[in-house]
Amino acid sequence: MTSGDPAQPPRRVDRAGIVIAALLAGLAAVLVFDARGLSSTTMYGMGPEAMPIVVASGLALLAIGNFIDALRGNLPERESTDPVPVFLILVGLGLLIAIIGFGGGFILATSALFVTTSAAFGRRAILVDSIIALVMSILIYLAFDRLLTLSLPTGPLERLL
Amino acid sequence: MMDTFAALAHGMAVAIQPMNLLYALIGVFLGTAVGVLPGIGPALTVALLLPVTYKLDPGGSLIMFAGIYYGGMYGGSTTAILINTPGESASMATALEGNKMAKAGRGGPALATSAIGSFVAGTIATIGLAFLAPWLVDFAVRFGPEDYFALMCVAFVTVSATFGDSPIRGLTSLFIGLTLGLVGIDKLTGQARLAFGVPELLDGVEVTTLAVGLFAVGEALYVASRRHHTEEKLEPVRGSLWMTKEDWKRSWKPWLRGTMFGFPIGALPAGGAEIPTFLSYSTEKRLTKYPDEFGKGAIEGVAGPEAANNASAAGTLVPLLTLGLPTSATAAMMLAGFQQYGLNPGPLLFAERPDLVWGLIASLFIANVMLLVLNLPLVGLWVRLLAIPQPWLYAGILVFATMGTIAAKPSVVELSMLSGFGVLGFLMRRFDFPIAPVVVGLILGPIAESQLRRALAISLGDPMTLLQSPISATLLGVALIALLAPFVLKGLGRFKANED
Repeated sequence: MTSGDPAQPPRRVDRAGIVIAALLAGLAAVLVFDARGLSSTTMYGMGPEAMPIVVASGLALLAIGNFIDALRGNLPERESTDPVPVFLILVGLGLLIAIIGFGGGFILATSALFVTTSAAFGRRAILVDSIIALVMSILIYLAFDRLLTLSLPTGPLERLL
Repeated sequence: MMDTFAALAHGMAVAIQPMNLLYALIGVFLGTAVGVLPGIGPALTVALLLPVTYKLDPGGSLIMFAGIYYGGMYGGSTTAILINTPGESASMATALEGNKMAKAGRGGPALATSAIGSFVAGTIATIGLAFLAPWLVDFAVRFGPEDYFALMCVAFVTVSATFGDSPIRGLTSLFIGLTLGLVGIDKLTGQARLAFGVPELLDGVEVTTLAVGLFAVGEALYVASRRHHTEEKLEPVRGSLWMTKEDWKRSWKPWLRGTMFGFPIGALPAGGAEIPTFLSYSTEKRLTKYPDEFGKGAIEGVAGPEAANNASAAGTLVPLLTLGLPTSATAAMMLAGFQQYGLNPGPLLFAERPDLVWGLIASLFIANVMLLVLNLPLVGLWVRLLAIPQPWLYAGILVFATMGTIAAKPSVVELSMLSGFGVLGFLMRRFDFPIAPVVVGLILGPIAESQLRRALAISLGDPMTLLQSPISATLLGVALIALLAPFVLKGLGRFKANED
């Protein structure tokens, strides 16, 4: 079972796997760092810092496990991915957060997300999609606001309704 | 025994009130409508619809939940049959034969056998739940905090390591969940952990934010990233919807066998409907009189796994209601639904709110009947939902997913967390890490910690208390075996491979 075994096809080190292992180790370090700032006030048993240390130890062990898997190339095969749609959806989520953060309201924020996601899935009719998105989000807003009496963030458009 | 009947009758009286019937109906309808959308499994259905129930009273909302749960399951199998995209691993066996049947123009009988099989299995398993639950509650009353802690260790291990493809990746998912569970104010000492001075983090990570991010946003990102690979094809439902006499004859035994696999395995704190559905599939393949039809659309291969799937769904409610132990992502979402009202499932809930628990169990029966009556006639409507073009479908899913968070906590931090969990869900799908253990870790981690700390406080800090209680010692032994078994088995397999 050594890598020099001639019967085995040569396995490549999986770079993504190494990154995952490093991230897990980093997370474990953050946990330990955070736990050091906690003061143990309990007389008996565990204080609040015990569990983070336990979880951090587990993460550290798993980082080693993932590292070994990556070195051996034991990760399952991955299909090629297209980064553009993923990026578009993330832009949509970013727009949503920004519009809500700056008080643009629910309708505009949701419509922005709808149009970018739809574009990510290959549609190029931005005008039609914008109209659909606006109508849909206005209906959702009215349903939440009037029927369920749940308040959604308001912006210029919501105040007109 | 008689107590169970009395309690169930009382629950029926609760469930049959007109308002509650209406809640169950809305739940079944919404659950099916959302569950039928491709890529949305029952867990996500429940997570997405949680905000809808915010304003209801606990009784009504839990009853609506029961409907959403079963409706989501049914919707998922419809998708599996008609477009071969099982929303979750438990519907994979159904998709295997069901989609072949649909391609051969027998989509109607496939949907029918899955609906009727789900009804039969769901009903039998709910009866099982009603009788098993009080018995388990009697047992669970004797559990001390150390026993609960040990039980959660069993659940952690079985959910993440024992039954997955890779114990290391499963445990990694679990520990990410446990880490997220640490965020916020420590309940015993009031100190903030992992909050980094962000006030929004002091309350901890919302289960719904995590679940919706991982499942909905993650799924949308993943499907978008590999859109160039697969072209999904919707099979139209052609021909008769109804099963022939022959179909009935070939279906009823697989339904019952599937139930026998599904309920007991679902009721164990082992997690997952995957094992019973595949056990059922392979059993039917072995027992069938038409072996050459398997792989080409054999009705037994739909009837059995579908029944097993539904029976195990009712089975997972046994540990959830009696012990507060979620063993699947869907059960974890149900627990989040309980927690939204400050209710903790477990022996106490049976004693304090019998109307609620038994009302819920009775509603499961009612939801089952409603599904049977609603779904076959409405199949045309569900199929039309399936035909929504992909760009609008996923845009709509994302709008719906973010809407829940916007309605509950419209803050930039919460929405950024939702997006962050979406990216995490995408990466986990891409690198083949299971998702459910993260959710289970987030929910159960804090509970396990508080039980352990309580146990140690009672024993004045002596960790031997974990081994002195026979229940706890046994459960910890089970957890250890379940943790080591996959590694040992893998080692044996490697040993054998070297011998050849």
